[in-house]
Amino acid sequence: MAEKVIYAMYDDDDVLKDGAKKLVAKGIKVADVFSPFPVHGIDPIIGVKNTRLGIMSFLYGLGGLTLATIGMRYFMIVDWPMNIGGKPSFSYLENMLAFIPISFEFTVLCAAHFMALTYLIVNRTLPGMPARNPDPRTTDDKFVMEIRTSDNTGFSYEEIEGMLKETGIIELDQKEVK
Amino acid sequence: MEFKISNKAKLVTLVLIVTGALFTGIGAMFLGDHAAQRVLTNGLTNSLFFLFISLGALFFLALQYATETAWYVMVKRIIESVAGYLPVGILFLVVVLAIITLMDGAHIYIWMDQNVVEHDAIIRGKAAYLNKGFFWFRTVAYLLTYYLFYTGFRKRSLEEDKVGGTDIHFKNYKKGALFLVFFAVFSSMQSWDWIMSIDVHWFSTLFGWYVFSGMWVSAMVTIILVTFYLKKLGYLPHVNDSHIHDIGKWVFAISFLWSYLWFSQYMLIWYANMPEEVTYYVARIEDYKILYFGMFFINFAFPMLILMSRDAKRNVGIMTFVGLVIIAGHWMDLYLMVTVGSMGPTSHFGIFEIGMALLMLGVFMRIVLINLTKAPVSPLNHPYLDESIHHEI
Repeated sequence: MAEKVIYAMYDDDDVLKDGAKKLVAKGIKVADVFSPFPVHGIDPIIGVKNTRLGIMSFLYGLGGLTLATIGMRYFMIVDWPMNIGGKPSFSYLENMLAFIPISFEFTVLCAAHFMALTYLIVNRTLPGMPARNPDPRTTDDKFVMEIRTSDNTGFSYEEIEGMLKETGIIELDQKEVK
Repeated sequence: MEFKISNKAKLVTLVLIVTGALFTGIGAMFLGDHAAQRVLTNGLTNSLFFLFISLGALFFLALQYATETAWYVMVKRIIESVAGYLPVGILFLVVVLAIITLMDGAHIYIWMDQNVVEHDAIIRGKAAYLNKGFFWFRTVAYLLTYYLFYTGFRKRSLEEDKVGGTDIHFKNYKKGALFLVFFAVFSSMQSWDWIMSIDVHWFSTLFGWYVFSGMWVSAMVTIILVTFYLKKLGYLPHVNDSHIHDIGKWVFAISFLWSYLWFSQYMLIWYANMPEEVTYYVARIEDYKILYFGMFFINFAFPMLILMSRDAKRNVGIMTFVGLVIIAGHWMDLYLMVTVGSMGPTSHFGIFEIGMALLMLGVFMRIVLINLTKAPVSPLNHPYLDESIHHEI
């Protein structure tokens, strides 16, 4: 049997949240929710895992700090010792105070930019990439819940449809995936 | 729910006070040279440190009023109780400052000593600002303002429990904003008067913010520790992980603010390397290198590395550990500002210093606990009460 994807549309995030709660309680697995803004508290209901973006950001920051340190040591101490306010110029440690602002800035720069890039790549929303949301209205004022029949083998398509209709949907759409 | 001080808490505070008094007594027998100066610098350090904690809490309360914040309502009484140390703290500080003034500065505020001023052109140049009369005028003005605002906030908060509604909320909003205006000026000026004038030849324009950020982080740590304590006893059923997380974020963020200001002051002076400016650091680094940089490391690196993750801020054990470490670090910060500034290499860190800190800590804890008994631990009425109960981040 071909897999079916069901798109249930809501016009209120609280109705969607209550509906998701009811469906999950009955044992349905919700694949995803599309919304114009972050719906507060939906993650634990539909079982979205905590993001690991923060850990990546920390690592990017650490990378930036290392790069900045290596770079500044080479430019300012090794390659061409710079006279910084008459301070001794042959040791990174003795001049470290002067380097701290740049280390900080570069750490933030790397952490922020690479985190944003990672976010866009993971979500496949880099500029020019095809949109993955099922309905353009989810970028305006509608909310869509996606349920896959392959995730819910214990229920027939009609059963899921019946349950969805009890949760206050305003539209129901479905798509076949091979 | 009404809070009752448990026998264990009574015992702990009593033990702190008694051991502190005992240590102070023993230490007082071996004060060595400069005995009066050593006693008074310690008195000044400790009375300032605990007054600053309550001031930080008062400032934080006013900030929440002025920004009409909702999440903090469940911990509001804790903030008020910490701020409630203010009258006692003012009393201690006034006594210490009065003794110092009567002793013509006691070698702490050397600008109070006419014999010194006569031979010191730099102090003479500052005499219009730094003289006993104007100093006391300012001190009384700061303390009176704080006291009046505190009693007003507290009175309205208790009244709100009875009448509810939004009138008191909007009144607090206005008074909170007004307090912030006064506090912005006074917090800077008081640190020039009480602390920076110890190193009377030296000056730094961001010194006020530096002291202020230190007092703020100490207050946040105190608030979170009291919250943990009450929650453990079951008094705060509605304070959830999100409230803890939010206070934890404040501890994390203000630690950064403090480190940022410490570093800004240090780096600019290091870079310019001007003789009249570097004296402050020379005195601290030559004789107390490990304490001074150790203090910075503890107050910066500890919260940064340990509290960075979300789970750590919600963990009672980690937060308590980090909180205790950085509050000790900020005590050390103030100690190094006051004592080293006045005594230089002749100051000792011994049993007397520890004793006096423990004694004052015991008094402070006891007063905060007594304040908590005077009102319901969770406010009964507040426009944002419900929002705070359902606070979730």
